[in-house]
Amino acid sequence: MSAVAGAGVRPAAARRPFGYGVGATLSVLKWELRKLVWQKRTYLGFGAAVLVPLAFVIALAFKSGSPNEVALGRYIRESGLATPFVVLEFLSIWGLPLITALVAGDIVAAESHNGTLKSILTRSRERGQIFAAKVLATITYTATVLLGMAAVALVAASIEWGFKPLTSLSGTQVSAMHGLGLLAATLGVYLLPLLGIAAFGLFLSTVTRNSAAAVVATLMYALLMQLLGALPGTEIIRPYLLGEQFMAWHGFLRVPIDWKPIVRDFWVCALYISIPLFAAYLVFLRRDVAD
Amino acid sequence: MSQPAPVSARGLVKTYGDIVAVDHVDLAVDAGDVFGYLGPNGAGKTTSLRMLLGLIRPTAGRVELFGRDPLVDGARALDGVAGFVEEPRFYPYMTGRRNMRLLADYDEPRSRSRIEGLLDLVELRDRGDDRVGGYSHGMRQRLGIAASLLREPRLLLLDEPTTGLDPAGMRDMRRLVQRLAGEGITVLLSSHLLAEVEELCNRVAIIRKGRIVYQGSLTELKQAGGQVWRLQATDVDRARAILAARGAGDVAAVDGEVRFSADEDAVAALTVALGQAGIGITRLTADVATLEELFLELTETEDLEEQAPGKVAA
Repeated sequence: MSAVAGAGVRPAAARRPFGYGVGATLSVLKWELRKLVWQKRTYLGFGAAVLVPLAFVIALAFKSGSPNEVALGRYIRESGLATPFVVLEFLSIWGLPLITALVAGDIVAAESHNGTLKSILTRSRERGQIFAAKVLATITYTATVLLGMAAVALVAASIEWGFKPLTSLSGTQVSAMHGLGLLAATLGVYLLPLLGIAAFGLFLSTVTRNSAAAVVATLMYALLMQLLGALPGTEIIRPYLLGEQFMAWHGFLRVPIDWKPIVRDFWVCALYISIPLFAAYLVFLRRDVAD
Repeated sequence: MSQPAPVSARGLVKTYGDIVAVDHVDLAVDAGDVFGYLGPNGAGKTTSLRMLLGLIRPTAGRVELFGRDPLVDGARALDGVAGFVEEPRFYPYMTGRRNMRLLADYDEPRSRSRIEGLLDLVELRDRGDDRVGGYSHGMRQRLGIAASLLREPRLLLLDEPTTGLDPAGMRDMRRLVQRLAGEGITVLLSSHLLAEVEELCNRVAIIRKGRIVYQGSLTELKQAGGQVWRLQATDVDRARAILAARGAGDVAAVDGEVRFSADEDAVAALTVALGQAGIGITRLTADVATLEELFLELTETEDLEEQAPGKVAA
């Protein structure tokens, strides 16, 4: 190594006070997002989320018939606005849960596996800040995927079938602009159960230190929630299962709006999000980093 | 009030189930030390370093770095401290320079302005825009040093920094450590290479099966090995009698020479006495135990406490 001038290797006797709090966490978040942008798996999930609605519209454009078995399916050729709702319903079984799990299950475990967790935990940021940044990055990714999927579905379907008034689940017509507002509200309440899955994925990612195991187990968790709801005799618990919350948006598509499933979506998902997240936080704060 | 010591660990224990990885380790590293943490592979060096950096929680015991406990003070305890355990790890899909920027942003105060100078120091400036995934082990090791120096450390913890490097890389790494120490940085360096520690360190702790078997200066360690002398003289039998009468220890005639133990001052007096008695000295050599022998003795002997109780540090 060359004898290059100092490069500032002098010991620092006095140091400025620490930059804790929001600013420091945001700077970590910025890097968490960059890590996502520079990793292939991010595009795997995001790519799938935008290709599915595209393929859906193309397929329907070349054949007759409609997906009548799902909400708004029969109106799919009436307005481009119906497609995002239909795709949301299709992808709620395993598509979006898998896409969510792909990042949520990986975001801590991958750093354990690569040994980079020890690199960032021996700097000046607290474990809590790093965890918070990872949670925020996961939320950002999940929301972006959902938004991207809906946008592609809306644009592609509107090109094919036009941006026209939408028939609600109560059979009444709502204007196209009103329909757009309902879609935005729908995405909001649909994001919550997805975040419930993400929270569980983050928990597994923190506990298992194994990315593949965490991703698969998170998907199994989502499927189990769907399965439980489909079994006979589960009617009593059904409204409180995570999978059921993916249907909460139906309330927005009724005239007048049925708030009951929407309100339930909020508090039920709050539990599904906060419990695994809090558990993951506690584990992350205390866990041995010996990878 | 005196400054708190860079490293003070007391009674550190780490168990994994029935396995005791680190067993009541006490470490004291003073400011300005280049402290060698020496032991065979698997002796518990890395586990100890992880506890020092707050990466793992001790089962028992306490760590203080400049008076701050990583378990109590969190990242604040690492203020002025940098280093790596096992080998430095980076994001393989990012370039070396980006990895450095990331780590600089995780520091307080942020240290981006120092990146180029440090890449230069470790001769990675030209490769800074290549992905770390394509780096050799030696390059990652050098980047690890640069990443540590970003923090302007007063204490540097390095876990076997020369392991896996080629001879030239090892030499460069040792020179760098010497240079950093010369600039006043306290260094704690783990190694399983005795020669390395002998070359770089003023103080050592030797660990074996999770327990510290010696801690102190290297000079003292050599002396603790006992200074044995070999004497060849014109009259071996009389020489032996005189040495024994004058208080030399363990006097014995072996293969036509006298072996005895004594410190240097006593040896000077003994040679004068032999001369006065008309005995000519043809050869007198100090048979100082080599560090290698001591190291092997300390780290490989079973029932160590029974055989060499004087060398076991409390």
